[in-house]
Order: sequence, then C-alpha cells, then structure tokens
Amino acid sequence: MTKDTSRVNPLENEAIYIIREVAAQFEKPVLLFSGGKDSITLVRLAQKAFYPAKIPFPLMHIDTGHNFPETIAFRDRLVKELGLELIVRNVQDSIDEGKVKEESGRYSSRNSLQTTTLLDAIEEFKFDACIGGARRDEEKARAKERIFSVRDDFGQWDEKNQRPELFDMLNGQIHLGQNVRVFPISNWTELDVWSYIERENIEIPSIYFAHTRATFLRDGLIWSSDDEVVYRDENEVVEERLVRFRTVGDMSCTAAVLSDAADIASVVQEIRESTISERGARIDDKRSEAAMEKRKQQGYF
Amino acid sequence: MRKILILPTSYLILKNMEVLKIATAGSVDDGKSTLIGRILYDTKSLTSDKLEAIEKTSKQKGYDYLDFSLATDGLVAEREQGITIDVAHIYFSTQTKSYIIADTPGHVEYTRNMVTGASTSQAAIILIDARKGVIEQTNRHFFINNLLRVKEVIVAINKMDLVHFSEDIYNKIKADFETLMQKRDYQDQNITFIPVSALKGDNVVHKSRNTPWYKGQTLLEHFELLDTEDVYNVGTPRFPVQYVIRPKTEEFHDFRGYAGKVYGGELSVGDEVVALPSQTKSKIKEIYLYDQSYQTASRRSSVTITLEDDINVSRGDMLVKVDDLPTIDKQFTATISWMDSQNLVTGNKYVLQHGVNKVLAKVDAIHHKIHPDYSGIEEHISALGMNDIASVTFKLNKSIFFDPFKNHRTNGSFILIDSQSNNTVGVGFIQ
Repeated sequence: MTKDTSRVNPLENEAIYIIREVAAQFEKPVLLFSGGKDSITLVRLAQKAFYPAKIPFPLMHIDTGHNFPETIAFRDRLVKELGLELIVRNVQDSIDEGKVKEESGRYSSRNSLQTTTLLDAIEEFKFDACIGGARRDEEKARAKERIFSVRDDFGQWDEKNQRPELFDMLNGQIHLGQNVRVFPISNWTELDVWSYIERENIEIPSIYFAHTRATFLRDGLIWSSDDEVVYRDENEVVEERLVRFRTVGDMSCTAAVLSDAADIASVVQEIRESTISERGARIDDKRSEAAMEKRKQQGYF
Repeated sequence: MRKILILPTSYLILKNMEVLKIATAGSVDDGKSTLIGRILYDTKSLTSDKLEAIEKTSKQKGYDYLDFSLATDGLVAEREQGITIDVAHIYFSTQTKSYIIADTPGHVEYTRNMVTGASTSQAAIILIDARKGVIEQTNRHFFINNLLRVKEVIVAINKMDLVHFSEDIYNKIKADFETLMQKRDYQDQNITFIPVSALKGDNVVHKSRNTPWYKGQTLLEHFELLDTEDVYNVGTPRFPVQYVIRPKTEEFHDFRGYAGKVYGGELSVGDEVVALPSQTKSKIKEIYLYDQSYQTASRRSSVTITLEDDINVSRGDMLVKVDDLPTIDKQFTATISWMDSQNLVTGNKYVLQHGVNKVLAKVDAIHHKIHPDYSGIEEHISALGMNDIASVTFKLNKSIFFDPFKNHRTNGSFILIDSQSNNTVGVGFIQ
C-alpha cells in the first residue's frame, strides 16, 4: 500500500510553511508563549517544521504575575522536556520601574499592561519577528489581521495600511526598528485547535479540564477566587464549583465555565456543542465594541 | 525498514480535514455582508453572544430585521460608514468541510483587495442585485476571478424578494452574464447561477419555496458537494526549498533535509529530480513530515525531503522531476495588478518574490493596460497607477524557474516589493 501525506490537515501544512518562512526570512525571531493552548499548539507545529533539528528560536513569556500557577508549572516543564530556550519578562518589573500604572477596582487587570513589557523586551533582544497564536476567528478586529503583520517602531498596528498577502507569498521585508507579528494559525478556529490537540495527543495545562475550584459569580460569569490577584466585593460569595477554563489568560480577566469535561474528547465535544464564543469569557474584550482594535493599534498582541 | 504509519480511527472521523476558501465580490449594497451573516445564522455558526450583540445593535439602529452585516464588518471605520474596507476572514464549518470566507470589498478603488482575496481562494461568489442586473462592477468581479483562475464561481442573484422572485428577471440576468462569459480567457472555470435572498434566507442554506422554477442547489449545498481536491488547479510538481534542515546532532549527524511545500503534483521516494538552478540530478531518498517518513508527498503538503546525493541546494532553489522542467529565464512578460499609490514606470526596479525566491527586476516595457471590465486594452502607456492591470515585460538580475500562470497557479505568480518602502506593490501572473 502506498502511504502518502494526502490525509494531512491543510491547516497544519499552512502553519508549518509560515513558521519555516519566519526562520528563513528573519534574523531574530521569537515565539510568544503564554502557556495557553494556542501557543502550545504553535510549539508542536514548530517542532514539526524543523524536525529532526531543534526549534531555531527561543520562546518568550510576558508574565503578568497574575497567571494561573498551573500554567507556569506547565510552561517550565514543557521547556525543560523539549530543551527549548525560554525568556521571561515580568509586568511587575514594568510597574516597579514606573513605566505602567496598575489598575485598581472591580474590573482591574494587568492585561493591557503587558504591551509595555512586550515592546521593551522586543527592543531589548532586537527581535524582528514575534510568532503568536492569535486566530482570526477570535474577534472581529483580528479577522482583518495579516499573517505577517508589520508593526512600526512603537509596536503599532496600522490596520488601514496593511500589505496585501497574495497566494502563499509572505513579504517579510522591514525597516530597521520595525518588527513583524506572525500568526501561523490565523486560519484555525477554536475547534480546529482542540481537534488538533486531541489528534496529536498534545499535553495542556490541567485548568483546561474540569476541576473543583473556589469561585464567585459576577455579571453572570464565574471567577476564580484569589484575593491577591482578583478583586472581589464583600458580597460576592465564594463557592466551590466544578469548572474548567476555555481560554487561559490572567486570573483577573479569564472566567471559568461550568463543565464536567475531564478529558480531551469531552472538551472537543463540548466545544462543538457550545453556543458561546471563546472570548465571551474574556472581560477585557467586553469593555467596548472596539476594545480589541484599540488595544491592537497600541501594540497589544 | 520504513516505519508504517497507522492512522487512529478517530483521525478518519475528525472533521475539519477539508478546507474551502471562498472569496466574495459584490458592489456596495449588493448585500455581501448580509449574505455571509445569513450563511452563519442558518448554519447555526453564530454563537449566542454574537447573536445578542447583533440583536442589540439592530434594535439600536431601529431596524425591524436582524442586521447580519454586523457579524462581519469588523473595523470601527467600517461600522461608522456601513461599508467593508478591508478583507475580513470569516470561519464556519459543517459536517463535511471547514469554510473560510474572504469578505472583500466591492468598491472600484479596492481592486487590490479583490485580487488578494481571490489569490488564496478556490471558489468565489459574485453577487448581483436582481433589481440592477449585470453592471460594470459585475464585469470587474468576473474579470478578476477569471484572471486569477479561481476554479469555482457562483453567481448569486440576490434580492430576489424585491423582484417578486421573478424567473424572467433571473433568466435575463443569467443570459446577460453568459454573454459576458464569452469574453473570458480561462474557459475551464465552473460557473453556477443561484437565485437568492440573503435577507430572507432563500436558497442560501435552505431551499426556497418562493422559487419553484429553480431546480438547482442552494449556495451551501453546492459548496458541500464540491470536492476540495478538484478545486485546486493541478499542474506539475514543483518543490521550492524554503529552509535547509541540518540538525548536527549525534543521531542525525549527516542529515541534510530540504524543507518546503509541494505544489502542483506529488513527489515520491525514488523520483529522479533536478535541483535548480544548478541542474544537478539526484533521487529522492526520504520524505519526512515530523518524525514519520512517507512514500509520497501529496500536493500542498509541507514536508522535508532528503536526496540520495550530497548536492548543494539552498533556499530559493527548486526541486523538479527530470522530465518536467519549468522555463528557466531572466526575462518574461506578465499580466500585473498594481497595488501602490506610487506609479510603476518603465525602468523602475523592484524586488521580485517568486514563491520563496527573491531576485531584482527591472521594468523593461509596459505593453498595454487591460481594462478589467472587458472594454478592451489601452496602448502607449507610460505609467501604471493603483488598481491598474497591464501587460509588462521584466528583466531580472538572475534566472528564475517558472511556469505560465495558466499551467501553474503557484509557480506562475510573483509579487513585487518596493525596496524603499518594503511594501508589496503589485502581483504578477506570468504569460
């Protein structure tokens, strides 16, 4: 029997092609790693792109200090197992240096503060390409994002003046000081990512699966209770609930969903039947209809 | 002994294996965004939070119907002006396929976005307002999709509800479009006509009771039955080398693999190949995808190939079968679509990116401009402006290895990069 590659996922082929273009066209690429399922998927795709050689660029995590501890533990284990280089830069340092001001109150989060830390790190290491796990199906402004998205010296996105991307050809030519944000899984949906994780048997942090957690309700969403990081009113009562996280950002801006999906197959099934979009549980997008577009213009990932 | 890959059963039932990219083209107010919104709504692809947002905004605007266009118009400026100004990508899936819709604007000044959307699509929807029929814009939409050799074109005659679902009006528009089709260059394009009402949902996903005279498929049925392998234009196998993999580890000490994507056809272990430009011959020794080795690399797969002989191959080189060489030349004529506000004039130099290969190109001659509405050509042209389409001869500093675009959509196309701005300023289709 002839064995061929024709049953291979076209989205995977596209992502591998894009990652190889990054390694070939740029001097100092980096993979932005958050510990979430999308960036974990990127790591697997990068492994595939260069096998049997190692991934020829480092990973970088912009640590808000508000991450779930499970995510950080997972990150450190993954990097060690795969023998990858990991750079960590902390939002806390940017706060201590007085570059950004911590938000306070009910909806405070460090999400938007990450931008300054990220831009400083890009400058520090002179990265010319940052690979990220953003997908066009996540959000309306992201639906317009290019695969190679050029950012100016200030990290800003000029959405009205984007380079056309024709056929498979990716133009990575930039001026000194500019950098390119690269999105290899642009064309994947949330379900595509979960199906891929299932098929490839990729390990992900435990918080993606159902577990019992101390939580409280606010605005119809379930929040993880952690008095150090997540603001909570006195009348917001903490209760144990069986939950999991569909998307993993900061504890302060990522809500949980009630779920008993304890393994990857049940998670895929749950996503398939879901009627709420992934970012429906992200409070940072709910601030206004144009929230994401505004943050992107300022250099947010 | 080669490892045999056994696919787990779950692999076979996994959906999202087939992906179909569809470009949309329509003039302002033809209802393009509404059509896409309707598809999302009827396939239950709109999540409840998105649907709520649409209901809320529709109510605020005082509409007595749901404004589905709000599902796609992403940028603030677009919501303010109620138009689409950039290509947006919309995703949904059914039991048989994953769909990606490139929502491209229909304004005259946005030819470049339409060309861009069509370049990555295998199918296109051209929308016609049943009240207006075939207009100049329709000619342009068809011209571009034909120029880019998009295999499947659906002509969706929209707003049928506003013409009382009249069969006569539908037939008249169809006949007008068929007249237009006689002018096309790419004859093998499949063209299908469907009467729809995007606003009311007729023949989009569900069959309409209002068009008993129409016996064909609905829009979605048509896409569901398309074979996604067939919609890719088949040519001869071309393997542009993207990256050379040299692990230099103990286990893979002498491993030298050529990473790239296979275009046009397939390559198998044992195939005799020629490396270009050196014209050195060798044989394919192994084909890898990650840690599995394969007998055959199919079209569009991203693989790593090793050769029997230790020859010098680097990025931008190309592996092809010995009896199937492309044209190797430093000069060619192409139809180009210009996308920059700075004019293209004879003598200008650009970086020409052909696949993953880059060379320097000089504009040798502009032969004529081609009116994209099938109204003919214009000779004695000294400069090309934004959105112009023209026949141009280029001279290169180094040979490239190409096929005519009509034989090979990938190996017959290139982009032009301005070395001052670094912007992509044009795209070309080699004649």
